[in-house]
Amino acid sequence: MNLWQAIIEALESLTSNKLRSGLTILGIVIGVAAVIAMLAVGQGAQDSITGSISGIGTNLLFVFEGNTSVDVRNPKPITISDSQALLDVFQAPSVEDVSAAITGQAEVVFGSEQKNTSVIGITPNYQTMRSLELVEGSYITEENVYGNASVVVLGNDVVIKLFGRDEGVVGETVRIDGSPFRVIGVLTKKGGSSFGSQDDLVLVPFTTAQARLIRNSNRDEIDLLLVQATSADTVLSASDEVSQILRTRHRTRLGEDDFSVFSQQDFVATAQSITGVLTIFLGGIAAISLLVGGIGIMNIMLVSVTERTREIGLRKALGARRKDILIQFLTESSLLSMIGGFVGIAFGFLIAIIVGRIAQASGTPFTPNVSLNSVLMATIFSTAVGLFFGIYPANRAAALEPVEALRYE
Amino acid sequence: MSDCIISAQGLKKIYQMGEVQVNALAGVDICVQRGEVIAIMGPSGSGKSTLMNMLGCLDHPTEGEYYLDGELVSNLRDDQLAVIRNRKVGFIFQNFNLLPRQTAMSNVELPMRYAGIRQDRRSKAIEALKLVGLEDRMEHKPAELSGGQQQRVAIARSLVNDPAIIMADEPTGNLDSKSGKEIMELLLRLNREQGTTIIIVTHDSNVSSHTQRIIRLKDGLVEVAA
Repeated sequence: MNLWQAIIEALESLTSNKLRSGLTILGIVIGVAAVIAMLAVGQGAQDSITGSISGIGTNLLFVFEGNTSVDVRNPKPITISDSQALLDVFQAPSVEDVSAAITGQAEVVFGSEQKNTSVIGITPNYQTMRSLELVEGSYITEENVYGNASVVVLGNDVVIKLFGRDEGVVGETVRIDGSPFRVIGVLTKKGGSSFGSQDDLVLVPFTTAQARLIRNSNRDEIDLLLVQATSADTVLSASDEVSQILRTRHRTRLGEDDFSVFSQQDFVATAQSITGVLTIFLGGIAAISLLVGGIGIMNIMLVSVTERTREIGLRKALGARRKDILIQFLTESSLLSMIGGFVGIAFGFLIAIIVGRIAQASGTPFTPNVSLNSVLMATIFSTAVGLFFGIYPANRAAALEPVEALRYE
Repeated sequence: MSDCIISAQGLKKIYQMGEVQVNALAGVDICVQRGEVIAIMGPSGSGKSTLMNMLGCLDHPTEGEYYLDGELVSNLRDDQLAVIRNRKVGFIFQNFNLLPRQTAMSNVELPMRYAGIRQDRRSKAIEALKLVGLEDRMEHKPAELSGGQQQRVAIARSLVNDPAIIMADEPTGNLDSKSGKEIMELLLRLNREQGTTIIIVTHDSNVSSHTQRIIRLKDGLVEVAA
């Protein structure tokens, strides 16, 4: 008996009971489709989150006040002089540039439209470090900062809300917390991010914000310190140098830093470990349905062995060996699961596409990603399920005594 | 005894039915010559089915030696027995036992598949079907054939690997008298023309009257070996 013949015979016997085979296959189809779709959704979520994090630039460090892992008493705020200390070439050779920013909430008004948004007071290099791009107008300049200028660069969401368009608004005047500010630029839309929207904000000169918009108890206090390393390779050493300088300046106790330094890799790693768990969780649940499908195969094969006891007896009388019967039934169960696997992959693709469409329609741009790995895994896994759950029934068939089997009614 | 195609000495088969031991065969000696047609008869429970299972290599005897075509088969393992059945024994059953989903042709081809024969499989199957007079029914499925025709397919199937013996278990039991007679004539013609050795297990004295020799069993023993 060669394999080809075994497959043809198995197909004949499967098609002779179409409804039953179809329902058995359906069990596998659902399992495989669920695995494919869930892994695709998990992968898509991971891609979109890490993608938006990668957008913040590879060689940036973020320094915040406070410590997320250790409880520190009386944390000292990060100040402008801290930020200037980081520019010391001898103590921090890996630091290329530093940008200090203060943040707060404010109400922006134009005509009858108003919007609550975050105000960020920045120095010009913030814009290059975050690689912000303009739809129109110009960036905040050194002169703006020195002159306490009342100028503003609007984020895309803000400009759309206030003006209903994102072009032709340069030169207009908006009011921020009551004070008039001239619009000098509009940012391009960046899309969602894990740090809240990158579009729902306005940028003003650092000094202006400090003097008029954001009141911190300490005048020198800043909320966010951006550090640019000289290259992507020196991010780690830059992080060490920054920590070392801040420790000395804040006189912190050992192991009790009152600040936190994050790199983009830290964010990516955190996000990946979260979405990774999510993917495993989704895939695990889907795998359970694949297991149930496999039990369905076993069930049907056991019924089939009982039904065909006489046939098995006859085949043995005609010279079929144990192996021949084993192959015959294993071929049937693997075919069931393989067909189910292929149809399931197609269905999984379809579900993934539909989920993507729904996500797009509801405003979260996110593309489920059916990876070759998950397709391979589902194929191998479903065939293995067929083989595994086919072994017991096939063994039972192969072990039948010809005399007993022929006498079976 | 040397020219016996079937030669058994002291064949015993004991079944354990719970507490009770049943001596289905209690020491049977048999010799069947090449080219003989013999009938095995006996009341039910006499052990004729058991004897047929032993001679057809479907089962192991509990005791005794059995030579088929010069080979000692009584102590072979299951898979080895399967090979012997495939090459040396052709079976014909009372209820035909054809695979219902396959055509007459594939049913006849089946033993050759298990023998691993690929070349000439089709032509050999056609030849066997011609021999039993079914050349125009080769692509029909069993349900589309009459009982007599189905049994002819089964006979073609039993012949196709050139077996040393054909074991027929009540071959006419499910047939009307006319087709039963035709089947008997066919078997006898095969014996005459091909020299096939045939063992028929039957109740029917009409059947046994055509055979050269009758072995009568009673209580697991050979009663008369006429």
